[in-house]
Amino acid sequence: MASSALKLQTQSIIEKGESGMSGFLTTNVPKFTSAFSAIAIFFIVLGLLFTIAGRANGKKARPIALIIFLGPALVLLLAGVVIPGVRTILFSFMNPDSNGWVGLANYQWMLEDPNVKIIMINTILWILVVPLFTAALGLLLAVMLDRIKHESIPKSLLFMPMAISFVGASIIFKFVYEYNEPGDVQIGLLSAVVKFFGLTPSDWMLSKPLNTFLLMIIYVWTQMGFGMVILSAAIKGVPADIVEASALDGASGWRLFRNITFPMVKGTFIVVLATGVVGALKVFDIVRTMTGGNFSTNVLANEMYSQTFVQFDQGKGSALAVVLFALVAPILIYNIRSLRKERTH
Amino acid sequence: MKRKGLVALVGAAALSLVASLVTTTSATAAVNCDPYAGYKMMKGKTVTIFTSILEPELTTLNTAMADFQSCTGIKIKIEGSNQFEALLPVRVKGGNAPDLAWIPQPGLLAKLVDTGKVIPAPKAVVANVDKYWSKSWKAYGTVKGKFYAAPFGSNMKSLVWYSPKQFKTNGYEVPSTWEQMTALADKMAAKGQTAFCGGIGSGGATGWPATDWVEQMVLREYGSDVYNGWVNHSVKFSDPKIVAAMEKVAGWMQNPKWVGNVKGIATTSFQDAGKGIPTGKCMMLQQASFYGNIIADTGATIAPTGDAFAFYLPATNSKVTVPVVGGGEFTAAFSARPEVQAVQAYLSSATFATSRVQLDHWISANSGVPLAAYKDPVDKLAATYLANPKSTFGFDASDLMPAAVGAGAEWKEFTAWFGEGKSIADVVKAIDAAWPKS
Repeated sequence: MASSALKLQTQSIIEKGESGMSGFLTTNVPKFTSAFSAIAIFFIVLGLLFTIAGRANGKKARPIALIIFLGPALVLLLAGVVIPGVRTILFSFMNPDSNGWVGLANYQWMLEDPNVKIIMINTILWILVVPLFTAALGLLLAVMLDRIKHESIPKSLLFMPMAISFVGASIIFKFVYEYNEPGDVQIGLLSAVVKFFGLTPSDWMLSKPLNTFLLMIIYVWTQMGFGMVILSAAIKGVPADIVEASALDGASGWRLFRNITFPMVKGTFIVVLATGVVGALKVFDIVRTMTGGNFSTNVLANEMYSQTFVQFDQGKGSALAVVLFALVAPILIYNIRSLRKERTH
Repeated sequence: MKRKGLVALVGAAALSLVASLVTTTSATAAVNCDPYAGYKMMKGKTVTIFTSILEPELTTLNTAMADFQSCTGIKIKIEGSNQFEALLPVRVKGGNAPDLAWIPQPGLLAKLVDTGKVIPAPKAVVANVDKYWSKSWKAYGTVKGKFYAAPFGSNMKSLVWYSPKQFKTNGYEVPSTWEQMTALADKMAAKGQTAFCGGIGSGGATGWPATDWVEQMVLREYGSDVYNGWVNHSVKFSDPKIVAAMEKVAGWMQNPKWVGNVKGIATTSFQDAGKGIPTGKCMMLQQASFYGNIIADTGATIAPTGDAFAFYLPATNSKVTVPVVGGGEFTAAFSARPEVQAVQAYLSSATFATSRVQLDHWISANSGVPLAAYKDPVDKLAATYLANPKSTFGFDASDLMPAAVGAGAEWKEFTAWFGEGKSIADVVKAIDAAWPKS
C-alpha cells in the first residue's frame, strides 16, 4: 500500500517534469521561441511582398499586384487541391497499393457490391432531404423571427449549435438516442418521450431506415442557424416600400410571403440549398461517430475513408472520391454561373 | 478610489499567477533503481506510445512503468484510442507515427512493415525475446524473415466470466462440458434470467468479440490444421466447415432464449456487456482474461467465491484437446532513437512483465515471469492454460489475417450479422471478397 503510494507520488513528480519555475521555463522556452520566430518570419515575408507591390507603378502595377496577391493562393490551391485531385482520379484506376493499373475494376465494384448500393441510396437520401429541411427550416425561422422584439436573442440561441463540431453534436445526440432494455430506466430523451406517450421505444440506431433520418436530424440541428442567418439578411433586404405597397393592396401573412418575400429571397434560398447539398455529400463525422457506418447508415464519405484507411484499398477509396466529386461538380458549376450572372448585372 | 482598487486587484492577480508557477515539490520517493542499472540515464527524453488499450488499464500501465521512468529520466507518454486500428496507419503514412505502438494484430503489423516505416527490433530486444519467449511468439512479430516486434502482453480468450455468488444463490454448477453449459443456459432461461451477456460495440473496432466467438468454435470443432488454413485463406470463410461453425455460434450467441435482445448486442459495448454479471443481470459472458480490468472497475471482487470469476470455455469436440484461443500485443517501433530503443528493451524484459503482472489483470507469455507472481486467480488460471503443453493453441485468427479483413471487413460484416440479421451466406461472401488479392 505504502510502496504504491510512493510510486504514484514519484509518477506525479515525473509528470510535472522538473519542479518549479525552472521546469516551466525549460520545457516552454523552446516552444515560445519557435512560435515567435514563425510569426516573425510570416510578418517579414508579408512586409516584403507588400513593399514590392506598393513600389510598383504604372503598367507593371497590375500584373505585379496580381502575382503577389493571387500567387500564394494559386500555389496552395495547386498543391493542395488540383494536384491531389488529379492523383486521386488516377488512383481510382489503379490497384489497392497504387502501383498497377486495373482499368475500370474499381468502378465495376461500385456497381456490383451490395454495400455500395446501400451507400448510394443513403447518400441520395441525404442529398434530397437535408438541404431542403435545413433551408426550409432556416427560412421559416428567419420569417418568424423577423422584426420581433429582441430578435437577436433567439437568433443567437438558434445559431449556437453551429459552434459545435459534428462530433460534439453526435456525442450529444448519442445520449438523446440512447436506448435501454424495456425494463430499465430510459435515459435517452427520444426513448423517454416515446415511452411517455405510451409507445415502446426501439433501438434507434438499429432501426432502418429511421436511423439515417435520425442522423440527418443531427446535421439539420447543427446547420439550421446558418440558413436562418443568411435568409434573415436576405429578407431584411426586401425593400420596405414594396412590402408597404403590397400591404396596402391587402396582402398579408401567407400571401405576402408567397408572392413578395419568397421570390425576392429565391436567389439566397438556392445558395443555402446548394450549400446544404455540398454539406450533405460531405457528411462523415456524424455517421462515423454514431454508428461507424454500420446498420445501413453508411454514406459515401465514410466509405471513402473506410476503404482508404481501414481496408487499405486506395483504388476503391479514390473511385468513391471521384464519384463524390462528380456529384458535387454540378452544384459548383451552377454556383459559378450564377455568380457570373450577378456580376454582369 | 475605484481606479486604485482595480490596480490592486490586477496586481494581486498577477502575483498569484506568478506564485502558481513556482511549485515546490520534494522528491522523497525511495525508488529501487537496481533492476534498471543496465539502462543509461536519459533525462528529459520523451517516448510516445500509441495503443488500443483504454482506461482503467492505462493508469495501471503507468504505475508499472513508474520506477523505470524515474530511474532513467525517460518520460513515457501513453495514448489510448478505440480507433487505434484505423488511426495508426493514417499516422504512420502521414509522417506522424508514435515512437512505439502496441499492435494486437500481426496482420496489421505486416501491413505497416510494408510502408517501410517500422524499425527492426534492436539487439537487446532480440536477445530478450530469444531468452524468454517460445519460437511461435517470436514468429508473430516477424514479417518476411525480419523480426520487428517483441510480444508485450498476452491474453487467454477461452474463458467464460460468471458470478460465483449468483451461481451459489441459484444453485448452479460450473459446467465442464459444452453440453453441461447449454443445459445450464436452458435452466437459466427457464428461470427468466439472461444466460449469456453479449456486447460487440467497441468504437471503430465494433464487432471484434464476435470474431472471438467464431474463432473459439472453429478451433474447438476442427483443430489447428483447419484453423491455420482459415488464417492463410486456404480454408475460405465460405467453406462449409467455417459456415457450420458460424451456425453453431448463431445457435449460441444469437439464441434469443439465452441472450435476450440479439440485435442489441451490436449496439452494446463489450465493456458494458459484462457489467451486469455481479448483479445477476446476465449470467455468463465469453470474454478474454483482460476483462478482469473492466469487471474490477465496478467494484466486484474477483475470486473463486467472489462477485466474479471465470471458467474455461469447454471443448466441443473430443478429438481437439484443450483448445485455447489467445492473443497478445506486439511492441512495434517507428523510431530508432536511443531512448525509444531503451524503452523497447525494457518492455521486453522480465522486470517489466513481472512488475505489471503484480498489478493484476495482465498475463505475459514471458517465461521470465514466475507463475507465483500472478495474484489474481483468473490470471493464474489463464496463465496455466497458456503454459499447458497439451493445449491446442490458436492465436486470435482475425489478428493474424490481413488487416483489411481481420481489422476491417470481418468486424463490419459480423456487426451486420448481429445487428441487422444479415445471413451467414452473405456475410462470408462479403468477407471473402474483401480478402486482399496479392
